[in-house]
Amino acid sequence: MEITNYLGLAAILFAIGAATVLLRRNAIVVFMGVELMLNATNLAFVTFARIHGDVTGQVLAFFVMVVAAAEVVVGLAIIITIFRSRRSASVDDVNLLHS
Amino acid sequence: MTMQTLSLAPWLVATPMIGAAVLLLGGRRTDRWGHWLGVLASAATFVVGLVMLLDMLGTPAEERVAVHTVGTWIDSGPLHVDLGFQVDPLSLTFVMLVTFVGTLIHVYSVAYMDHDVDRRRFFGYLNLFVAAMLLLVLADSYLLLFVGWEGVGLASFLLIGFWDGRRENAVAGKKAFVMNRVGDMGLIVAMMLLLATFGSVSFADVLPAAGEGATAAGQATMTAIGLMLLLAACGKSAQLPLQAWLGDAMAGPTPVSALIHAATMVTAGVYLLVRSGPLLEAAPDAQLVVAIVGALTLLFGAVVGTAKDDIKKALAASTMSQIGYMMLAAGLGPVGYAFAIFHLLTHGFFKAGLFLGAGSVMHAMDDDVNMRRFGGLARLLPVTAITMGLGWLAILGVPPFSGFFSKDKIIEAAFVGEGWRPWVFGVTALLGAGITAYYMSRLFFMTFMGRRRWSDGGPGDDGAPVRHPHESPRLMTWPMIVLAVGSVGLGGVLAVGDRFVTWLEPVTGHAEHHEPVLPVWLLITLTLVLVALGILLAFRQFAMAAVPVTPPRANVLVRAARVDLHQDDVNEALVMRPGQYLTRALVYTDRAAVDGGWLGLAGGIGRLGARLRRLQNGYVRSYAATMLGGLGIVALVVWALAS
Repeated sequence: MEITNYLGLAAILFAIGAATVLLRRNAIVVFMGVELMLNATNLAFVTFARIHGDVTGQVLAFFVMVVAAAEVVVGLAIIITIFRSRRSASVDDVNLLHS
Repeated sequence: MTMQTLSLAPWLVATPMIGAAVLLLGGRRTDRWGHWLGVLASAATFVVGLVMLLDMLGTPAEERVAVHTVGTWIDSGPLHVDLGFQVDPLSLTFVMLVTFVGTLIHVYSVAYMDHDVDRRRFFGYLNLFVAAMLLLVLADSYLLLFVGWEGVGLASFLLIGFWDGRRENAVAGKKAFVMNRVGDMGLIVAMMLLLATFGSVSFADVLPAAGEGATAAGQATMTAIGLMLLLAACGKSAQLPLQAWLGDAMAGPTPVSALIHAATMVTAGVYLLVRSGPLLEAAPDAQLVVAIVGALTLLFGAVVGTAKDDIKKALAASTMSQIGYMMLAAGLGPVGYAFAIFHLLTHGFFKAGLFLGAGSVMHAMDDDVNMRRFGGLARLLPVTAITMGLGWLAILGVPPFSGFFSKDKIIEAAFVGEGWRPWVFGVTALLGAGITAYYMSRLFFMTFMGRRRWSDGGPGDDGAPVRHPHESPRLMTWPMIVLAVGSVGLGGVLAVGDRFVTWLEPVTGHAEHHEPVLPVWLLITLTLVLVALGILLAFRQFAMAAVPVTPPRANVLVRAARVDLHQDDVNEALVMRPGQYLTRALVYTDRAAVDGGWLGLAGGIGRLGARLRRLQNGYVRSYAATMLGGLGIVALVVWALAS
């Protein structure tokens, strides 16, 4: 199988994730979009590791997974806190920075 | 000069200065005896001056010029100015005139200002005036002279506007001050040019080097220096074109007018020019302008004098004209210097006498100054009439009174020379003498002769103001008598054997005697004939005929002379209005261009900030979109650079 197809898949996954982040209002779904983008990056890393024949890309993929796991913990905690205080998980309701 | 007497020189300035300081700083505590302290300070200065004069008379002529250096004043790199006093026949002449006439005016003021609550302050200012004038004439450098020069300007401002409760008096003081500032600019520029050309401003360095300076620095620089000095002199001495303040300066109390016109202030310009004689000789063009300004002012003042009904303003116009004579003489070169100072000296006496007489008349007539409401006062004010009469004959130049010896010499000197100059200057001076005779006789006849045009309260004087004229107290009449004696005898005493001219020679240099273009006897005869004509004309108009109490409608020239030949209109049209327009244009430019530019810039940045602020809307999604957009741009750039 052509190796660049993996990169194409990674790009498609990244685009889907970005579109989810930009277009959806539900915080959980936005969060899932972020995860999708991270995984698209992971796929690209692994693909490049394969192309170059060394393990640097795979190591980086592990790093991303670890950081993503930690980020999910913190992010879900924030979302739950917001939901508890505002009875809503919509990202558009959280605009206190605006004026 | 012995060292002991020479070291007295600083006291000439210090004594009246201490008087002024005590009177002005002492406040109301000194009210009771303040005026006598003022008189004492002035009299003590006169005594100091007299001691120096007697000492100088005992020294040979070549040792009479001395400088008493007190110490270093300014020492800054190449600029070194000493604080020193120039003691020579010229400065001592001024010291004697200022302190003697000044003291008499002080004594007179004690009575004249008797009812004024601010008499003490008045005497403080008088002392300050005397001190400033003495510093001016005793300074050994232009810079120190300038200190006295400014002091005189300040004191005149304070005294002219002394009764500043009335708006026009305060305005007159301000006018004198502002017009003097114009002249001061001339002196400042002249000093800068002197520093640039000679590297010094002291008389001892500059004056002997004037001739070499002309060859080294070029004729143009010397002419500029001469013209700037002339501008300075015009400001202080009320010469064209800076003459307009003098008439308004009559707003001050009458003794102030006497002091300004006789001893201090207006004589300063003549002093400056005579002192700077070598500089002017090195710049013949500037010298010619000096003579022209003098001749023009001489006629200007005389013409204005013929139409004034205000006794003080008529006298002011006469001062302007007489100072014009002195300027003319100063512009004639070495042949005229001594006569300029001689006329200044005799003029100091008779003009002070005339002004004090005018004050006495005003005192008798409830401060009225309108001569059309005077008349027939000779019988009621005999001392005033006689002293003023002697001053009148002196200013006319009738022999053997003082003015004859000094003014006639100037007329003779004006006729010396070649080409057109003696004819123009000489004829102007002659004409001036005739007009002087007319307007001074007019003043005298309108005031003291003819029928009275005021009412003594009896029947038959409908509409005329009620007056109760009485002779002034002795404190006022005695100074007038002393000045009248000076007006009669001083000129003759000093003219015998050219005594005064010889006395001034150490300063002015020896002038070769030149014959006038017309024989001297003819000039004297012509002058006297013109003077006699002037008196006769005035006698017919103002003593024989009845003087109308309202000014009759007259020809164009008289109407112009009544408003000072439109001097204020000219100043307003040529200087004041353009100046105002310029200021307004500058203010407008400042507002529109400078302020507008910065305000516009600030506003633009503010509006830009307001636009940018809308991007910060608090929605996470829009921030994410911005980041994504940025990422896209970075990717595009990288791609473009790579390919």
